[in-house]
Amino acid sequence: MDIRYYILIPLLPLLAFVLNIVLGKALIKRHAHVVATAAVAVSLILSVRAFIEASSGAVINQDLYTWIASGQFKVSAGFLVDQLTAIMLIVVTSVSFLVHVYSIGYMHGDDGYPRFFSFLSLFTFSMLMLVMSNNFLQLYFGWEAVGLCSYFLIGFWYEKKSAADAAKKAFIVNRFGDFGFGLGVILIFLNFGSLHYADVFKNLGVIASATVMICGSEVSLPTLIALLLFCGAVGKSAQLPLHVWLPDAMEGPTPVSALIHAATMVTAGVFLVARANPIFTLSPVAMNVVAITGGLTAIFAATIALVQNDIKRVVAYSTVSQLGYMFVACGVGAFSAGIFHLYTHAFFKACLFLCAGSVMHAMGGELDVQKMGGLKKFMPVTYWTMLIASLSIAGIPGLSGFFSKDEILWKALSSGSPVGKFVWIIGVVTALLTAFYSFRILFLAFHGTFRGTEEQKHHLHESPSSMTIPLVVLSVGAIVAGYAGVPHILGGHDWIAGFLGKVVGLVSVGNPEHVEGAIHSHAEGEMSHEWLAMAVSVVVAVFGVASAAFFYLKRPELPKKIATMFAPIYKLLFNKYYVDEFYGLIIVRPCYWVSENILDKVTDKMFIEGIVNGLPALVQWSGQKLRRIQTGVVLHYALVMAVGVFLLAVLVLLGTGPAK
Amino acid sequence: MINTVCPIEQSCVLTTAILLPVLAAAALMLINRERHTTIKWIALAASIGNLIAVVPLFTNFDKTSARMQFVEQYRWIEAWHINYCVGVDGISVLFVLLSAIIATLCVLVSWNSVKDKVKEFYIAILFIEGAMIGVFAALDMFLFYMFWEAMLIPMYLLIGVWGGPNRLYAAVKFFLYTLTGSVLMLLGVVAIYIVTGTFDMVRLMNTQLPFNLQMLLFWAFFAAFAVKVPMFPVHTWLPDAHTEAPAAGSVILAAILIKMGAYGFLRFSLPMFPDASQAMAPAMVVLSVIAIIYGGIICLSQKDLKRLIAYSSVSHMGFVTLGIFSLNMQGMEGGILQMINHGVITGALFLCVGMVYERSHTREIADYGGLASVMPIFSAFFMVFTFASIGLPGTNGFVGEFLIILGGFTANKTAGILAATGVIIGAVYMLCLYQQVFYTGVNEKIAGLCDITLREIVTLLPLLILVFWIGFYPGAFTGFMDATVASLLVKLKGGEMHALNTLIQAVVR
Repeated sequence: MDIRYYILIPLLPLLAFVLNIVLGKALIKRHAHVVATAAVAVSLILSVRAFIEASSGAVINQDLYTWIASGQFKVSAGFLVDQLTAIMLIVVTSVSFLVHVYSIGYMHGDDGYPRFFSFLSLFTFSMLMLVMSNNFLQLYFGWEAVGLCSYFLIGFWYEKKSAADAAKKAFIVNRFGDFGFGLGVILIFLNFGSLHYADVFKNLGVIASATVMICGSEVSLPTLIALLLFCGAVGKSAQLPLHVWLPDAMEGPTPVSALIHAATMVTAGVFLVARANPIFTLSPVAMNVVAITGGLTAIFAATIALVQNDIKRVVAYSTVSQLGYMFVACGVGAFSAGIFHLYTHAFFKACLFLCAGSVMHAMGGELDVQKMGGLKKFMPVTYWTMLIASLSIAGIPGLSGFFSKDEILWKALSSGSPVGKFVWIIGVVTALLTAFYSFRILFLAFHGTFRGTEEQKHHLHESPSSMTIPLVVLSVGAIVAGYAGVPHILGGHDWIAGFLGKVVGLVSVGNPEHVEGAIHSHAEGEMSHEWLAMAVSVVVAVFGVASAAFFYLKRPELPKKIATMFAPIYKLLFNKYYVDEFYGLIIVRPCYWVSENILDKVTDKMFIEGIVNGLPALVQWSGQKLRRIQTGVVLHYALVMAVGVFLLAVLVLLGTGPAK
Repeated sequence: MINTVCPIEQSCVLTTAILLPVLAAAALMLINRERHTTIKWIALAASIGNLIAVVPLFTNFDKTSARMQFVEQYRWIEAWHINYCVGVDGISVLFVLLSAIIATLCVLVSWNSVKDKVKEFYIAILFIEGAMIGVFAALDMFLFYMFWEAMLIPMYLLIGVWGGPNRLYAAVKFFLYTLTGSVLMLLGVVAIYIVTGTFDMVRLMNTQLPFNLQMLLFWAFFAAFAVKVPMFPVHTWLPDAHTEAPAAGSVILAAILIKMGAYGFLRFSLPMFPDASQAMAPAMVVLSVIAIIYGGIICLSQKDLKRLIAYSSVSHMGFVTLGIFSLNMQGMEGGILQMINHGVITGALFLCVGMVYERSHTREIADYGGLASVMPIFSAFFMVFTFASIGLPGTNGFVGEFLIILGGFTANKTAGILAATGVIIGAVYMLCLYQQVFYTGVNEKIAGLCDITLREIVTLLPLLILVFWIGFYPGAFTGFMDATVASLLVKLKGGEMHALNTLIQAVVR
């Protein structure tokens, strides 16, 4: 049996990248998309095969070759295809394929057409390496490589300073997270002697009760490792306090935002936490940190999204917020719910982004929703698909987003811990805000009257079919994807939880209290609670949509009034809580200041150089002074000699004198 | 006294590698100075010929052995027990190869940029090649010191004659700085000879010197090596030397010359003064970490392309010394690998800067901008080397830095963590540099520059291949070091036992 077909899944996009980057400019040119799209299409087909095999229970775990070896340290390049990987494979290759198709229309005529497709291929390769890795170091490889592609693609239009800045910012902010991630990986090696998942998860007992001293206080080792890994996740998944890069990343072409900054790369953090779930579950502290970080990020980003006018930034903040939900799920031990939301989110969020791209395409690059309006009749396909995706993200029953979000909220509530209840409340409020801001931009952009220029109005058109077909496919996904996880109380089987159960555990919290709570959830008494929780979710979703309709359809003058009434709050939200400014003030500028004024000017130039140049100067100076002795005048020498003789004579006489 | 440790299995690979460029340099002296093309082709042929000559080192090296290989030994000055003895082990073999590659690339990059005193220039380059291979191959201290100082003169001339506007200051500074260090090393060499009666390095590696003497010698050699590395705070010659040196000079400085300091630690300090090295390792780790962070942060405010890359070398060499003095397998292998990596990456970056300087005649970062639109192929190459310098997985920089941080963390947790911050800083200054030079609108000062030629692509391509080769299959290179580093560590651990014994004895008394 050919079990190595899966190597082709990442390899084909890599080949496409090499072909396009080397020959793209000279030879392939306008046909770059053929190479790239064909490669990812075959990867998609092979991923489906891998998925089918994984659902029959087969797990592939194979080393390819030894990557790095030194002494006892040895790590291989290898592949693991289990159920978690299989779901990720489907998400990555299918969204990537659709984005490739969409880009054919969207990027048409761009000077960097082959470059764009080569980076899309490179990204797909890197993301696949990330999810298919069987060890932490290769995961780190994929992790950094997707960051690199993100850098290239955010800065795709590098002539624009804002794009170049955003790309740099994304990479550097992520480096802060990866700093922790890297140390976590090192700690894992030092404690387990291996970086392979199988070896690590088999020997968890080694660290279960170990502690380390940090600054005089004892910290449990699982907590430390889990939190260090989570640092990486915080960076990559744009959680507080490292969320600042993602909204800026919208400088990249919209298909990139859909693929990298919504559906795949940013979810890598969630994937990491789910993959390392055996370590996380060992540490209740780390789990709570994950849940609370997720919850706070969710509501934080949602409040910002309420007032932004840039259509892509609203969707970006919405992504940050939804990623927060996924971490909430992981934090309360419901890893499968987190992955479930990751998977449904990929469809509706990619759809939202591509719709935004379609709108931009029609509006000549305009992003401000205040300058849109009434687009519904010009671009019906975009409107309907965006409507479906918005309904889905708002959590309206029957669509994907409802099932996954409700699952998360229910798992948070039913976990029984105070943290669980806390994040549930946050989650419900965020759900309300989500429904509101999603429909706010939909109503502002598609309903009412057109507020743009005449020229823009003249230009309005529906996008070409290469763009609308992916929209339709994704919107179908935004409806049906959720049926993989219909909960038991709605007569479903929660298939995805069972499917992922082999990797993340059915009830996956190590804390016995949690386990009990979760078991209780299946009891009859809890059923009514579950209905109640679901009812709350539905009510807030509908209320959110309705209030958006009220404010932006019925009384469009109201929002401005409210904004002026609560001007300070509005300003705070509009300026994203001034986080960027804060970082600039306390990190960026001090670093540059120290660099220029202390290290360069004082230590290096004044201090070290002072000594270095001072020594020869001293030698020269003393030379100058001593030179005066050598006057060349015989009389002086004679004088000095006479004085010397005299002194010597005195000394001799004095020395011998008293002895007599 | 005849050396008995070096097995007498004469091969002539190393002597050829040392003599071939020197003889070619001598041959150049006989050629009419106006015949530039002939001179350049002879220099190229000699350097490529040397590259072919050293191939057996790569293919025939016995990776399972920690002994010196390709050893050649001839009596030289019998009265002083000085021999001509050369050979390589797992630590030095890769540097001989790297020297041969770098010298060839230096000839290539100077093809059109050096127009003045062409003959003397290539004589200097070839002479340097012979001397630097000699440094890495020498197994006799006297011979080593000779090669070590022989490097200095042509390098001084390279900066002082073909350098930038402030070249004399930089050249003299470079010369005095390194000479000061070397003089102390010379005292150390003499002291060792007086105590042991031999210059034979292999014998000395197996000789146990008294602890106090070890300490004295450690510091004497440290002076020479720390200046060369350069370690903080004796690094200030490097930015000046790099900035003023011609492209080929910067490349040799960055890729080979500063490696000699770290190589000296591995060849002398650790095996010959193991107890002192262990005692001083914490201090070395502290200096290394300071260099990593200091060198990184100071890069943020640099306005000159070459100066920035020079300071980044201080930071990267901090990683190297951290790895070496973490005194464990991962750290030391990572350190040695990072020496190669830094040679490849920074060598490539200086080659790149040389290429663009040849066109624009400016090194001010502010004079650039939008170069990616003007020179797309060049910017792709530069991008690869930038990310290798940042240490992106898949490039060679990652493997080295990861092993060093792993080793450093094992030795001293704080040092490992602080070193890891260097990785963040590295990303900041390199990406800022890349953005300012290559992105945003095209600066009119560089508008219309032509992209790199085939010759220049050929110059950069070998280093590009090495970046990915080491990045994806470092085993091909770390395999050379395994046996040697392991045996060196056994020696150090043995030294640890010995130091412990002396300590116990002292307490008992």
